[in-house]
Amino acid sequence: MGMEMKKRYISLYVENRIGVLAKISGLLAGKSYNMDTLTVGETEDPTVSRMTIGLTIDDITFEQVKKQLNRCVVVIKVMDFSEIPIHKKELLFIKVSGCGEKDKAEVFRIAQAFGLEVIDYDKRRVLVQCVKTESANNDMIRLFNQTFPSRIETVRGGSVAIEAISTSEQ
Amino acid sequence: MTVRTREELPRILKEAFYIARTGRPGPVVVDVPKVIQQALGPDEYPKEVNIRGYKPNESVHMGQIKKAVSMLKKAKRPLFLIGGGVNISGANAEMKELAERTGVPVITTIMGKGAIPTSHELYMGNIGIHGSYAANHAVAECDVLFSIGTRFNDRITGKIEEFAKDAKIIHIDVDAASISKNIVVDIPIVADAKLAIEKLLDEVPKLEIQAWTEQVRGWKKEHPITMENYEGLTPEKIIRYINEHFERPIITTDVGQNQLWATQYIELEGNRQFLTSGGLGTMGYGFPAAIGAKLGNPDTPVIAISGDGGMQMNIQELATAVTLELPLILVVLNNGYLGNVRQWQELFYGKRYSSTCLRYRRSCERRCQDSREACPPYTPDFVKLAESYDAYGIRISKPEELKEAFDYALSHKNAPTIIECLIEPEANVFPMVPTGNTLGDMILG
Ligand SMILES: Cc1ncc(C[n+]2csc(CCOP(=O)(O)OP(=O)(O)O)c2C)c(N)n1
Ligand SMILES: [Mg+2]
Repeated sequence: MGMEMKKRYISLYVENRIGVLAKISGLLAGKSYNMDTLTVGETEDPTVSRMTIGLTIDDITFEQVKKQLNRCVVVIKVMDFSEIPIHKKELLFIKVSGCGEKDKAEVFRIAQAFGLEVIDYDKRRVLVQCVKTESANNDMIRLFNQTFPSRIETVRGGSVAIEAISTSEQ
Repeated sequence: MTVRTREELPRILKEAFYIARTGRPGPVVVDVPKVIQQALGPDEYPKEVNIRGYKPNESVHMGQIKKAVSMLKKAKRPLFLIGGGVNISGANAEMKELAERTGVPVITTIMGKGAIPTSHELYMGNIGIHGSYAANHAVAECDVLFSIGTRFNDRITGKIEEFAKDAKIIHIDVDAASISKNIVVDIPIVADAKLAIEKLLDEVPKLEIQAWTEQVRGWKKEHPITMENYEGLTPEKIIRYINEHFERPIITTDVGQNQLWATQYIELEGNRQFLTSGGLGTMGYGFPAAIGAKLGNPDTPVIAISGDGGMQMNIQELATAVTLELPLILVVLNNGYLGNVRQWQELFYGKRYSSTCLRYRRSCERRCQDSREACPPYTPDFVKLAESYDAYGIRISKPEELKEAFDYALSHKNAPTIIECLIEPEANVFPMVPTGNTLGDMILG
C-alpha cells in the first residue's frame, strides 16, 4: 500500500435522521481527513440516505476512513468505489455576465461543442448547466475563465456516484 | 441518541445498553428531553435488538488464526503483548492457559495489567513510557509480537518507526478500526479476545524458547522497578503494604504519578481488580470509580489511590460516599505538586516549574524551584476536609504509620476514610522513556 495521494470515492448508506450529516462530517474533520466533496440525499427507502464522499487520500489513511465510518452506528453500509466500475456526475452552474452579442454567441457555441445546456439568459447574462465528471467540470471552469476572465460565477454540487450496471462502463 | 417521541424511548434505551455492552464496550449518550421524561407510555422493551448499522463481530476467521499459529511456531523470540481488551472480554483464564501452553512470556499495557496474575513466572511487566526494563527490551528484541486487545497508543510505542522493529506483528482486536491504525501489522484478526484465544488454544504447541524466556526473566531480575533511592514513606512502600495486607482488593487510581506508581507496584491476581483511566487519562476518575466499584462489590475492599491534585477534582463525591455509607479507603499521595506535570517540567523544561506547585502563593519569589518547609500550608487539609463531610481522615508521613492508618480506615464500616500520605515532593516515576525515544532507550532513574 502506497502513501501517494489518489482520488477516491466512498458511497455511504446512512440512517436518514437529524444529525447524521453532522456526525459523518464531524468524524472526518475530527480525524483531519480531507474531504473534497460530500453529497447527500434520501434514497428509494425514505429511512435511508445515501452519501457520496470524494477524497484525495493515500491508501493507508483511506483504509482507516472506511473502518472509522463502518464503526459508526448510523452508518448502514460503506461502499468503496475505488476499484469498481461506477457512473459519477456532478452538477455545475456557470453564469457569465457582462456579455455582448458576440460573447453570448461564444457561450452558446461552447455549450454546443461540449454538450452543456443553456438554461437561462437575459440581455447581458447567460446561465449554463454542466452535468459531467468532476474533472471535466474543472476543465469547463477553466475554459470559461480563460474566455471570460473575471466575469463568471460558478457553483457546483459535488459528485454523486453509483455502481455501473454493465461492467464495461466507467 | 436523542429521543424524539415517547414511543421510541424503550427501543432506544434497549439499543443503548446493547451498544454499550457489546463489541468494544463503552458509554452511550441518550438525550431524553423533558417532555419525554414526563410523558406517560408503556414500559415494555422490545425483545430483540436489531440495529442495521451495528453488528458486533461474533466470529473469528480461522484462516487468520492458523496463519498466526504458524507464524508463532516459527518464532525464536515470541512475546505476548496484552491490552485491556483481554480484561474487558474476561479472557483471563484463557490467556493464562495460552501463556502456559506455549511458554511465551507476557507483557501488558497498563489497561491489560492483571490479564494474567502479576506473580506468574511468565509475566514480565508493563510496556511503555514507564514500563519495565524487561518488557520494553523484550519488545525491542522479539521476533514475533503477538498482541491482543491493545491500540498501540503513543504511551506504549515510544518512537513509532522503531517499535518492535525486528518483529512480525500479529494483532487481535474486536475493533477493526484499531488494527493497523498506529502500527501496520502483518496478521490482523478481528475478533473478541476470548473467542480468539479459545480458538488459539486448540492449535498452539509448546514452543522451544527457553533461552529467550530466560533472557527476559534475567532482565526482569536485574532491573526491577523500585524507589529504593528515596527515603521515608514512598509510594512503593504504600502500594506494597496494600499488596501484602489485602486479599484481592479492587484498586482504582486517579491520573498522574499516583497512577503510574500504582501500575508499577500493584500486584493483581485477576480480572477487574484494577480500574484506571488509561486512554483519556482523566484526573478525578479514581474516587468516583471507587464508589461505583464498591456499590457493585459490597464485600470487596475498595481502595482508591489518588494524587493531591486529582483528589480535588471530584471531591464533592465525598458527600455521595458518606450518604451511601461506603467504607472506601481513599489513599491520597500528597506531594504538594501536580507531580506528573512537574516531573516533565523538571526533566524536559529545565526545571522551570509553572502552575504545578500546589503550595504556591502569588507573593512567592519568581522561578522558585522547590517547595520547602516554610512554604504556606498546602490547601486543603485533607483530614479536616474529610471530617467536614462527616468522613474520616488520617495523615501519615512515615512507613511505620501505614499499619495504624489502614487499621483506622478498616475500623470504619460505613463511612469513607482518607489516608493522606505525605510523600517526597519531587519524587519521580522511573524508569521513563522520554517522548520520541525508542522503548529500549530509557532513563532508569
Ligand atoms: C482533568 C485533567 N486535567 C489535567 C490533566 C493533565 N494532568 C495529568 S497528570 C496531572 C497532575 C496530577 O497531579 P496530582 O493529582 O497531584 O497527581 P500526582 O501526579 O502528583 O501524583 C495533570 C495536571 C489530566 N490528565 N486530566
Ligand atoms: Mg500531586
